[in-house]
Amino acid sequence: MGNLYSGAEIVFKCLEDQKVKHIFGYPGGAVLPLYDELKNHPSIKHILVRHEQGAGHAAEGYARSTGKPGVVLVTSGPGATNVVTALTDAYMDSVPLVCISGQVPTHLIGTDAFQECDTTGITRPCTKHNWLVKDINDLPRIMHEAFEVATTGRPGPVLVDIPKDIQFAKAKYFKAKKAKKEKKKSSTRFNQKDIDQLVDLMKKASKPVFYTGGGVINSGPRASELLRELVSLTGFPITSTLQGLGAYPGDDNQFLGMLGMHGTYEANNAMHDCDLLINIGARFDDRITGKIDEFSPKSKKVHIDIDPSSINKIVKVDLSIVGDVSDVIISTTKTLKKKNLNLGKSNKQKISKWWQQIQKWRTKQSLSFINSDTVIKPQHAVQRLYELTKNQDTYITTEVGQHQMWAAQHYKFNKPNRWMTSGGLGTMGYGLPAAVGVQVAHPEKLVVDIAGEASILMNIQEMSTAVQYNLPVKIFILNNQYMGMVRQWQELLHEKNYSESYSKALPDFVKLAEAYGCVGIRADNPDELDDKIQEMINTEGPVIFDCHVDQNENCYPMIPSGKPHNQMLLGLKDQTENKISGKGKALV
Amino acid sequence: MVKSKSAYSIPTKLGKLEKHIIVVWVDNEVSVLSRVVGLFSGRGYNIESLAVAEVDQKKNLSRITIVTTGTPQVIEQIVLQLKKLVPVHKVGNFKREDKNVIFKEMALLKIVANTTKIKKALNACKKLNPVILDQTNKSAVVQITALKREIDNVTKNLKPLGLVSASRTGAVAMTRGAEIFN
Repeated sequence: MGNLYSGAEIVFKCLEDQKVKHIFGYPGGAVLPLYDELKNHPSIKHILVRHEQGAGHAAEGYARSTGKPGVVLVTSGPGATNVVTALTDAYMDSVPLVCISGQVPTHLIGTDAFQECDTTGITRPCTKHNWLVKDINDLPRIMHEAFEVATTGRPGPVLVDIPKDIQFAKAKYFKAKKAKKEKKKSSTRFNQKDIDQLVDLMKKASKPVFYTGGGVINSGPRASELLRELVSLTGFPITSTLQGLGAYPGDDNQFLGMLGMHGTYEANNAMHDCDLLINIGARFDDRITGKIDEFSPKSKKVHIDIDPSSINKIVKVDLSIVGDVSDVIISTTKTLKKKNLNLGKSNKQKISKWWQQIQKWRTKQSLSFINSDTVIKPQHAVQRLYELTKNQDTYITTEVGQHQMWAAQHYKFNKPNRWMTSGGLGTMGYGLPAAVGVQVAHPEKLVVDIAGEASILMNIQEMSTAVQYNLPVKIFILNNQYMGMVRQWQELLHEKNYSESYSKALPDFVKLAEAYGCVGIRADNPDELDDKIQEMINTEGPVIFDCHVDQNENCYPMIPSGKPHNQMLLGLKDQTENKISGKGKALV
Repeated sequence: MVKSKSAYSIPTKLGKLEKHIIVVWVDNEVSVLSRVVGLFSGRGYNIESLAVAEVDQKKNLSRITIVTTGTPQVIEQIVLQLKKLVPVHKVGNFKREDKNVIFKEMALLKIVANTTKIKKALNACKKLNPVILDQTNKSAVVQITALKREIDNVTKNLKPLGLVSASRTGAVAMTRGAEIFN
């Protein structure tokens, strides 16, 4: 262990110790020593993106589809500022990222040197923690700590800023020590008393509902299996947030669909009318709760979360259980079994009334739409995509907007880690680089980015990355020539003043695909849709699929801002009866 | 402005504002103060006063004392969010009214006046643990330790008596009795 290693060597030795297989990055002056070192570490493959934001989102896609941290390598100044959006996105959606950025040499810090910026200052509010390495001897410890912070507790992004002279300087290397901060965190962890209380509430409930979120996904694939067992054991209905989709099978009868602003009628009404709400790994986001003081007014609320600061942040709960979702579910199921409380059977009568009510809500068929023979309806396009891909293990990413909601509503996920979407930050341009990251991690799987024509243009340059590494991502664009969600809000709330939401000069996406060296497919009418989708799936390389859809379609159902869950806007026929009040307008 | 009922708005049932003293033990490292202060500004919490200094050179620990106001829900969030910061070891939270906690602020006051006025001024500080740090026949510098309200009052009263400069610390806090906070 007496050997001295350069800073660059230490970084890579640490990446090897952390079993990192891929890094996403873009070189520049302040990271050249690191890039020089790359050749000596064949087990680590570098994916060259076309923009640092793309590197960040690709690493997010990689992390979310594998459960392992994504690693990003960028240069100082613009390299670091370009990755800020992706770091913020990862912070909001709790995605583990380790971002390594170059910095100008220590003696130049603070002098406004070329490509200098206060990287740790800029990224402080959008990372779990960050470090500026000023002493080479701190580097091994900081690198290991970075991985630990990113992956433990509620996961999130971290950044290590390494000045160029530190990359050259030499020091000893040591391996990661065993986690030392465990003690601090375990003090707030749940105990059996909490579980007993939960089981007691479950026993008494006659209108229970599970409301699950991304925490179940982050807890690992085992958590999803445990959740399925718990749901079947209790017989309770379950709804999921956008980020939680896939933790529970989307086509199961106990699943009510997604809840929230564009959630199903049955899910939102169940949330509103329930007498026991069990939140597992979700955070009462404002797109979920609607009007907060009319949110689920009659229920006892239980919140299971690994992050103590999520508890009582938005909604005051009756019982909080701080801990990893898997651990909590294991204890709950064990206790249920021990007390022989097969709620699915013993409470059947109590809950059966609740299920009858839910069936009534289901008959509204809130996701239905009026299909057409002449023009492709976007919902229909997603449904066809689902039908034609459901027999293989498909990974879906999305951009942000109407297409994202239609994908969430109409694509049914059966496994966790198959659905990558920007929820908290709502980053347009997320889907394509995320798909690149997913495909890097799963080269043999089908990866589809369900996109909008506006979002895709925000990071379209990453097609070049996909082509370079022969990553056969399929970009499925629902092209309505509008920023659809903006247009929808303008139609409903701003007297159809479609201010700047129409893209007058869109590229020819088929030619664009060809220019990038991949395949372009266009679909204009419903008759050809299935064949063209099949053609896309059968194509070996990356594809841009330009699906021309109805320009005027809106995403329903919808809870207008300022309204509670039980006042949803359904499809077209329902609109006239349920107008948005003037007060709700200020609120998107 | 119309009072909004947005999904973005704060709950209409606003809790009562309470004054709290938050004590944070942190690693004394670069940028730790900006992490703490940035958390307050970024999440819209309020800082009334702030006092910070290293308290353990060996363990490299600093103690930050922050006076803040907020609803009970906000105060709870402040404590929980602070605990999430990596360099934070522990967080203490005391109500301003808590009889078990001693709060003190210190001030240095410079008085420039004739001897009669200086005498009067020093007399006015009598109950505030005054220590005369410097005195000439035209001026005096006096150190007082007291509560914020008391210092507010005395500085107001000293203005006509020749107070030209006041330098004040934020509040620091310590629990009474033998127990220490864990």
